[in-house]
Amino acid sequence: MIYSEKVMDHFTNPRNVGEIADADGVGEVGNAKCGDIMKMYIKVDGDVISDVKFKTFGCGAAIATSSMATELIKGKTIDEALKLTNRAVVEALEGLPPAKLHCSVLAEQAMKSAISDYYKKQGIDPTPIVGDIGDCEECHGCN
Amino acid sequence: MDKKFIYCDNAATTKVSKSVLEAALPYFTEEYGNASSIYMLGQNAAKALLKARETVAEALSAKQHEIFFTSGGSESDNWAIKGMALNGAKSGKKHIITSVFEHHAVLHTCEFLEKQGYEVTYLPVDENGLINPDDVKNAIRKDTCLVTIMFANNEIGTIQPIKEIGAICRENKVPFHTDAVQAIGNVEINVKEMNIDMLSLSGHKIHAFKGIGALYIRGGLSLPNLIHGGAQEKSKRAGTENLPAIVGLAQAVTDATRNIKEKQEIISKRRDRLIDGILKIQETRLNGDREKRLCGNVNISIRGVEGESLLLMLDMFGILASSGSACTSGSLDPSHVLLAIGLPHETAHGSLRLSISEETTDEDIDYILETIPKVVDRLRSMSPLWERICKNEGITGTI
Repeated sequence: MIYSEKVMDHFTNPRNVGEIADADGVGEVGNAKCGDIMKMYIKVDGDVISDVKFKTFGCGAAIATSSMATELIKGKTIDEALKLTNRAVVEALEGLPPAKLHCSVLAEQAMKSAISDYYKKQGIDPTPIVGDIGDCEECHGCN
Repeated sequence: MDKKFIYCDNAATTKVSKSVLEAALPYFTEEYGNASSIYMLGQNAAKALLKARETVAEALSAKQHEIFFTSGGSESDNWAIKGMALNGAKSGKKHIITSVFEHHAVLHTCEFLEKQGYEVTYLPVDENGLINPDDVKNAIRKDTCLVTIMFANNEIGTIQPIKEIGAICRENKVPFHTDAVQAIGNVEINVKEMNIDMLSLSGHKIHAFKGIGALYIRGGLSLPNLIHGGAQEKSKRAGTENLPAIVGLAQAVTDATRNIKEKQEIISKRRDRLIDGILKIQETRLNGDREKRLCGNVNISIRGVEGESLLLMLDMFGILASSGSACTSGSLDPSHVLLAIGLPHETAHGSLRLSISEETTDEDIDYILETIPKVVDRLRSMSPLWERICKNEGITGTI
């Protein structure tokens, strides 16, 4: 299995690691049984994601995809962020080994989960906006 | 300071030693004859082949005609198991006994045979990674055609009660095979005293080349061919012998089995220092029995971190190791060995195996013990799982 230079760069020097104490939205996806947990914190100004941080328990690809996803949504509007797909994360990382594609899905889910949480805190039902995030439990990897 | 390079994955493979390389070199460009040819060049090859066979046999307390060269551990395992299965079927014996934490070369072969209508009993291992010989005894049936139990586990290094298991098999007249790929050179092996009928070994774990190994088959035990063709290996395993690799293997076996006790003493001291040092990090545990383990094996689970990221980060510091995490196994499940000894998935994902050799120095150990806490600290500081563990269990601090 070979990681691209970009993946190794984001693993070695992950961007936006940490927590936001007064986050407007927090999302956590994955589970320890599968070996990946991603937690994402967002700060929203108007409709712009002004800050984003993450914490990840997982493999090199899990850390790199989290890092890349935060870079891709930082400073973007929520609408723009919601258009981010796991594919875009993979492309930005110059590819991922096939066995690691699920990490990029997790990164997309973590971001969406944080946005959902933001809407919930605003008293808005996130489902029509964010859509179905998908559940780690539905992944067939662990079965 | 030069970038460190500390190779701690000798259970995966080893560096070819100078003595092996030197022994093998003439057989590439000078003594390159085919051992089946009649002219002098061929006869020289045949002589070298015989000498290599005698050397390997001697190291196991076997006879030269009981040693068959193969392409490595996996082929040897496949041959022993499939061969005995074929034999068994002739007399209606289609039951095999193995253990849940064998190498995949054994497990997947057994699973293949299950699909062919064989029945396989997978014996459990205890929490220390040891097989109870009584379990073997109780599992033997009238239709058991083979017992195959590994000598020492490749991940957690636990050494199995092979002599006792061998005695039970001998008493019940069931052929006994052991995968000794990890044990050879680390444990003294006497196939006669230990009642072993077949034993697999591999070259690249003991500083010989990749792609060479051997199967010991006790004289008198008939094992059908896996590879048909020419008359090599007493017509048991066809294919022109890989003489440079075979000569290298013999040299490696000689080197590995010389002064085992001395080597065990030196390496195990360093291993113990590693184990004690890493266990100082909170929320860590040693996997596998502390005493009955290979002298170079360290396997520790570190809660809150994932194995692959641990390995990648250690690599950045020049430490090359291995893990039983799912991410390094090529599947989404963590190591079957760690699950077999009862570890929960999340703890198995955070395992670290360091397999040191006689080349690992005290300075290397110092450096590893300085580096691991730093790396663990860094990974835990960004781990939501560690955050949760600390919160739920009232743990403070990062390491």
